[in-house]
Amino acid sequence: MAFLEPPPDLIKVREGMHNVSASMLRPIARKYDEEEHTYPKELDAFRGIQVMGRPKKKKDGEKKDKPKDPNKIGQNLGTIVTVEEMCWGDCGLMLSIPNAGLGNAAIAAVATDEQLERFGKKWAAMAITEAESGSDAGSISTTADLDGDSWVLNGEKIFVTCADRCDCVVVWATVDKEAGKAGIKSFVVEKGTPGFTLDHLEHKLGIRASDTGTFVLNNCRIPKENILGSPEVKQTTEGFKGVMKTFDNTRPMVAAMSLGVARASLDLTREKLEQAGEKLDYSKNPNNCSARQKDYYMAEATLEAMRLLTWRAAWMADNGDFNNLEASMSKAKAGRGGTLITQKCSEILGPLGLTTKELSEKWMRDSKILDIFEGTGQIQHLIIARNVLKLSRSQLQ
Amino acid sequence: MFGFSLTKEQKMVKASFAEVVRDIVAPNAHDMDENREIPAEYLEKAWELGACVAAVPGEFGGDGMEYSPMLNAIVLEELAAGDMAFAVAAMLPSVFINPVLEMGTDSQKKKYLPGSCGEKYQSSTAAVCEPRLDFDAMSLAATATKKNGSYILNGAKCFVPKAASAPNILVAAQLDDKPQLFIVKAGTPGLEVGQREKNIGLYALDTYEISLKDCQIPAENRLGGEEGCNYARFIQKGRAAVAALAAGECRASFEQARDYAKKRVQFGEPIAYRQSVAFMIAEMAYEVDCIRLLAWKAASALEVGRDATRDAYLAKIYAGETAMKVCDYGVQVLGGHGYIRDYPQERRYRNSRGVATWEGLATV
Repeated sequence: MAFLEPPPDLIKVREGMHNVSASMLRPIARKYDEEEHTYPKELDAFRGIQVMGRPKKKKDGEKKDKPKDPNKIGQNLGTIVTVEEMCWGDCGLMLSIPNAGLGNAAIAAVATDEQLERFGKKWAAMAITEAESGSDAGSISTTADLDGDSWVLNGEKIFVTCADRCDCVVVWATVDKEAGKAGIKSFVVEKGTPGFTLDHLEHKLGIRASDTGTFVLNNCRIPKENILGSPEVKQTTEGFKGVMKTFDNTRPMVAAMSLGVARASLDLTREKLEQAGEKLDYSKNPNNCSARQKDYYMAEATLEAMRLLTWRAAWMADNGDFNNLEASMSKAKAGRGGTLITQKCSEILGPLGLTTKELSEKWMRDSKILDIFEGTGQIQHLIIARNVLKLSRSQLQ
Repeated sequence: MFGFSLTKEQKMVKASFAEVVRDIVAPNAHDMDENREIPAEYLEKAWELGACVAAVPGEFGGDGMEYSPMLNAIVLEELAAGDMAFAVAAMLPSVFINPVLEMGTDSQKKKYLPGSCGEKYQSSTAAVCEPRLDFDAMSLAATATKKNGSYILNGAKCFVPKAASAPNILVAAQLDDKPQLFIVKAGTPGLEVGQREKNIGLYALDTYEISLKDCQIPAENRLGGEEGCNYARFIQKGRAAVAALAAGECRASFEQARDYAKKRVQFGEPIAYRQSVAFMIAEMAYEVDCIRLLAWKAASALEVGRDATRDAYLAKIYAGETAMKVCDYGVQVLGGHGYIRDYPQERRYRNSRGVATWEGLATV
């Protein structure tokens, strides 16, 4: 039913994860922002926890994991709440949690039982982007050629999250350039494979605790069984669409990251406002408040709106509803909203928003990525517009 | 139970109001606005659906159903998607019925509810807004003073819908630094209903300034009696309600912009094919959802009786700012046509201005 009072289970997850985040991530947030590329060894505490679970396979026609108990929440919504709390602690660290890479999500989604046995316990990064292929993932030029019992991969992959720390990488490559998107497949490449080298790590505006790197694949030979999904090139783009569909689950996760970072900013701002003797009471006409209080209220309202869009996308996924539009809405709104909120908080905080003695300046840098990766804000708007206007890719480019 | 999809009952109610909107409100919205009048028979059509009296017990003339702010929010949006002035007028009886039902004494319920739940539409009203720059719903300039078993009311109010025809006006006034509500019967000496207001929007809805000059009412007319009422909750309901109204207004603006952009051909193709236009439509689409979900969140808190101060406040300030943006885009996408009164976009642009300002429209 349409009813948005958070269920007890959600509050329990939130409180539990908040404690973890406050005690384990927030205290080391600044340290690893400054020590860019150093692996945060404190995160070893999270090893062994299976973050990217495999959803139970259901028979055709059966409704997905719909929570029967009204007090319970589904897996997607649970993840969303968890991600917000973790990113309230630190977004860069959250992205560095062992075995929780995007590659793990891809493996969990499509791997065979055999592949799951081989790679399920490994930390898997994801390599899609190339120097000339960003949002247009269908245009990638890394190739995979079948040679006997092996695939031979050639190309260069940039912006790979957890590049240094991961055990293996899920690499997107084309098996048939002529086939376009239909020819794009993903392959698991393990670290140490000859011809697979980490070229360098990037220096970034934010999320510095997370290592981002470039891989070169030079006649890199991997077993034939390392392909995820079917090797067959069909004349349709169904396979590619299937891969893109995983974005319907991951985009709300990025939106949730934005919720966490934005809320961290707002919490600090409120704390400082209250220390300065300005009490927030949520009842006064905002025009009778100070400019900074009014800005604060508006930012908090925006955060609330972002959160509701994100919860909706996750809730739909839990109910097995097609949420392509709603997932993009949450990402579009939260990506941009988080950027604006963290900027505004830094501005409200004045000198406290500039100094590295406080984390506000860091959150402003961190949140910017959330309007970029997993589909830029512009790409999200394209998807939303095509959806609501019912236009094809060729009509609205 | 937590969720984002409507129940069967919620869908049914929504559909019945959508039908009234489709058949009566939308086709006549332009004329109602131009004529500055809502024909009585149109209001009867909405009244017959019974949303305002649903939660009133049978003994007082209602349907005795569970009181649901969520359902009211759905109704407000649906009606406002047809016309905001009509939506306010149609749901206005709730502004008196709900507070009396929830916060009134037994004798107040007995005295006022049956008269408000009759066969025909007849609306009492509420007077909260005040004509001053620094108006604040939680800190009023109008005063109530207790004197010899009566209250003496003084002050000026504005945006009081249907004040000229309302049998009773729920007046918000400061009593010992605490805002409270008082039932003032039409014709009480000292109560003066002024000229009908001319506002930027909601032309079809008649609103008035009223003045209270040593207006004496019996002590039992304080809502909730000696104990008083939960005025904050009354304000929260109004805030959730205007957010729900804004969701409807903005939805209509979005839908027209969306449809227009696909039909309007310039440079040989529909303007919707251009990102500069398509992205505006995309933004409108999710902002409408943001406003609606914030209204629902506040309504859900009100429904379970949790303190809705923060949720209602955030919903209203978000809706206030965003409704202006969405309805502005709505005009912009239509270009010059958006500026012409033959198209509803210009009306929506004017109407949306009230969202940030209006308080006390406690119809959820």
